[in-house]
Amino acid sequence: MRDVAVIGIGLTKFGELWDQSFRQLTAEAGSKAILDSGVGGKDIDAMYVGSMSSGRFVGQEHVGALVADASGFSHLHIPSTRVEGACASGSLALREGYLSIASGVNDVVVIGGIEKMNDVGGSAATETLATAADQEWEAFFGVTFPGLYAMIAKRHMHEFKTTREDLARVAVKNHHNGTMNPFAQYQKEISIDTALNATPVAEPLGLMDCSPVTDGAAAVVLCAADRIGDFSGKPVKIIGSGQASDTLSLHGRRDITTLDASVHAGKMAYKQAHLKPSDINLAEVHDCFTIAEICAIEDLGFVKKGEGGKAVENKITTIDGSLPVNTSGGLKSKGHPVGATGVAQIVEITKQLRGEADKRQIKDARIGLAHNVGGSGATCVVNILEGM
Amino acid sequence: MPKDVPRFWREIQQRYNMKGNKCGSCDRVYFPPRESCPYCRRESMGKMEKIKLSGKGEIITYTIIHVGPEEFEEQVPYPVAIIQLEEGPKITAQIVDCKIDELKIGMKVESEFRKIQQDGSTGAIYYGYKFKPVE
Repeated sequence: MRDVAVIGIGLTKFGELWDQSFRQLTAEAGSKAILDSGVGGKDIDAMYVGSMSSGRFVGQEHVGALVADASGFSHLHIPSTRVEGACASGSLALREGYLSIASGVNDVVVIGGIEKMNDVGGSAATETLATAADQEWEAFFGVTFPGLYAMIAKRHMHEFKTTREDLARVAVKNHHNGTMNPFAQYQKEISIDTALNATPVAEPLGLMDCSPVTDGAAAVVLCAADRIGDFSGKPVKIIGSGQASDTLSLHGRRDITTLDASVHAGKMAYKQAHLKPSDINLAEVHDCFTIAEICAIEDLGFVKKGEGGKAVENKITTIDGSLPVNTSGGLKSKGHPVGATGVAQIVEITKQLRGEADKRQIKDARIGLAHNVGGSGATCVVNILEGM
Repeated sequence: MPKDVPRFWREIQQRYNMKGNKCGSCDRVYFPPRESCPYCRRESMGKMEKIKLSGKGEIITYTIIHVGPEEFEEQVPYPVAIIQLEEGPKITAQIVDCKIDELKIGMKVESEFRKIQQDGSTGAIYYGYKFKPVE
């Protein structure tokens, strides 16, 4: 297997981007990443695009070709493939690109992640997100997507005495980090009282426990490590990549408070990288809801099962803690354009490992981990990156 | 959400009568029924036996939905739970005939045949199971 590096990154502003279309967002992120990498159109062997539900959000499928076209590559006939795995679509696209280079088929691959969610109303967005859950055996009976994570939270509180304050601290921390990220949807602090007193969505989760509905795109350029000398982009190596699946429904899982897909994807990535959780300097984890960040740091082995809430209270995961989590602001504050999220996490880790994260830079960051979840845990992708 | 009659009709045995199945190789019970047992896989092929579940179980976690899908908007706030059935499977369903502040993890519940949702004012009415506390 060949080593693979990220040599270019690009991101659009995340938010409610009324004046920008699906095409414009994808072209902007893609061209930023390509310019950053120093590759030319003719160097690109393939493209992979992560989008969860372009069909429902903007009424357009077939977005693999659309993204290549919008990026100006129609005349180069670059093979472009759309990949879907709900909110993990972006990192699935990244992993497909990674595997295609590692296997020796391709040398240079562009990965795009995109979701344009604000062209539909709030209830249509909610309904579309719920398609990541089991339609026949969960959604049919009236449970929403926040409702599923709320049931994880309720059980976590029951088993481990996790509190709503623990959940609120995740939101407060991620909003604080978001103030230092000019691309974030929300760049303002919130207080713990604001989080605790927010409108209930699905008890015990309130509005401030939930990531927002976001438009945005992210892109990265991947390159075979033995060819990085051909291009000017500053490389960061992918040293471990794992992926796992589980039951589509939450009720089908072995344990309600453990995302076994996270555990397995994490183990796969750690094994390939010859690393253990304590070797990781920073992590971007999938905080679609505050409870999800608590489960993630447990399932990835940073803390023991049940101690995630306490870890947040003890400030282990703050930007100056021993394991900074979601320095970008996470899904909560940076925003969560679902198909873009997995790619945007790689953009943040790459910035940190290159030393380009400005005010939120983690000193001497060398190894970073990105963790992206689809649905309530049916798909998980974990990638570990190392600065070069 | 389901709007087509065949899509609903083909699940009637499960949703009305809680028909699941049991692996003839390891005796594990599944709901909804599975084509094969994930533990026994090829050993279970052709040995999955239909069984009717008792509809009795206990709440292992729950939530109160305040922001519901369009079809459920009139019902908010309403509780939804994951219930562990006596026979083993866990399922997701609404809890009815119970005050919200009396709900708790570990509560014994049993299934009831109820209306779940309807397709507008003139479309099909979809029925299925909800659960209520055992007296």
